Amino acid sequence: MNYTEEHEWLRVEDDLVVVGITAHASEQLGDIVFVEVPDANTTVSKDDEVVVIESVKAASDILAPLDGEIVEVNATLEDNPGQVNEDPTGNGWMFKMKVEDLSVLDDLMDEAAYNKFIG
Amino acid sequence: MSELKRTVLYDLHVGLGAKMVPFAGYQMPVQYPMGVMKEHLHCRTGAGLFDVSHMGQVILRPKSGDLADAALALERLVPVSILALAEGRQRYAIFTNDDGGILDDLMVASRGDHLFLVVNAACKDADLAHMRAHLSDDCEIEVITDRSLVALQGPGAEAALASLNPAAADMRFMDSTTVELMGVECWVSRSGYTGEDGYEISVPDAQAVALCEALLAISGVEPIGLGARDSLRLEAGLCLYGNDIDTTTSPVEGAIEWAIQKVRRSGGARAGGYPGADRILEELENGASRRRVGILPDGRAPMREGTVLFATDEGGAAIGAVTSGAFGPSIGGPMSMGYVAIEHAADGTQIYGEVRGKRMPATLAPMPFRPSTYKR
Repeated sequence: MNYTEEHEWLRVEDDLVVVGITAHASEQLGDIVFVEVPDANTTVSKDDEVVVIESVKAASDILAPLDGEIVEVNATLEDNPGQVNEDPTGNGWMFKMKVEDLSVLDDLMDEAAYNKFIG
Repeated sequence: MSELKRTVLYDLHVGLGAKMVPFAGYQMPVQYPMGVMKEHLHCRTGAGLFDVSHMGQVILRPKSGDLADAALALERLVPVSILALAEGRQRYAIFTNDDGGILDDLMVASRGDHLFLVVNAACKDADLAHMRAHLSDDCEIEVITDRSLVALQGPGAEAALASLNPAAADMRFMDSTTVELMGVECWVSRSGYTGEDGYEISVPDAQAVALCEALLAISGVEPIGLGARDSLRLEAGLCLYGNDIDTTTSPVEGAIEWAIQKVRRSGGARAGGYPGADRILEELENGASRRRVGILPDGRAPMREGTVLFATDEGGAAIGAVTSGAFGPSIGGPMSMGYVAIEHAADGTQIYGEVRGKRMPATLAPMPFRPSTYKR
């Protein structure tokens, strides 16, 4: 698994990049009460705001971690936003992206680097 | 920025794992490890203990020795009947300004030979200056600096407090009296800020930690932070001073004219006689041009403070704005309160709130959003 400084995790499954937020981020946000995922088949650029999360505290944007196309979204989060707190790296996944070159993930932090980052 | 103050219960909060945040000049617990959502729900099913020691506690004593003189003096600053407040009873009041706006909201209790006031933390210095300027001829104004204030709220509150002193169970909503708890004199009111039955307890600082530890040792009592306090009060339709009412909102605009008894209204024996009375009396007769309303967004996205409100899904001028908005754990959806122009203020009116550039539908709804459970 790879990580961004925006506290997203990225995992490759079937040549697609699955994206969610880390357990650390979900703890910081507090109880999540609303998630708005984008439409599938949306072309995005890195740092585009693609997901809106509202917690009991505030609204936050999740940015596209890479250039690519969002091909699948986790629509179950709209009815069950709490999944992001309960299982951030499992049922709390947010979207799957198709990217041209998977090697761009190598530029991101690995788990050890991320743990150091959140220190 | 000046140093943040700590309440006597600071170490207890930290020991319980609280996340501390700055609030009104104090370091206060915003949540405990349970988290805001579960704390909120716990307070609705069990009992929640809140530290509200940052609030101001003030005693007014009549210089004449006759409590009526202190009551009449305070009536010069609030549009509320204090004279009619019976011993052992408490009521909600507001300090108004010359424009008919609201300087603060507060609780006033009659405790026999004195009045006991609880004011908001962020306003307490200004409130004291205001009272000293206007009440000093008639009252001794004593700021209580050696007592903490805690709230015990929820359906389990009565049994929990009664286990320390059975007399607590005999109190009814808005009673305010002295109750001995663990051998010390506490000033207890049956009231709160959650929509739940419960108590607010003024306890000497020296015994505050012991009292809280004793209450937390009772099964079903959990500490609750400011985060859940906010969603609890919003579900209960209660105003947060500084958000939902302030110096720019009149009591009629703020929909708290229920706090103004007939005797202080036109035709009453003590009508007017408080700052801004001209405007307030006029609005009591004829209404105001805008009104505080409850708002239930149709979708799941909260409409937070500052969300601009419209009558239609496109075009047209704004009709108002949200002053408080959050997710209501007990109602299972988002909820807001805010001000709208009076012609759009009827319950059931469909309005739109602009969230992230999109107008989202919402419906005006009566408050409280969740029925309150006071023991009247």
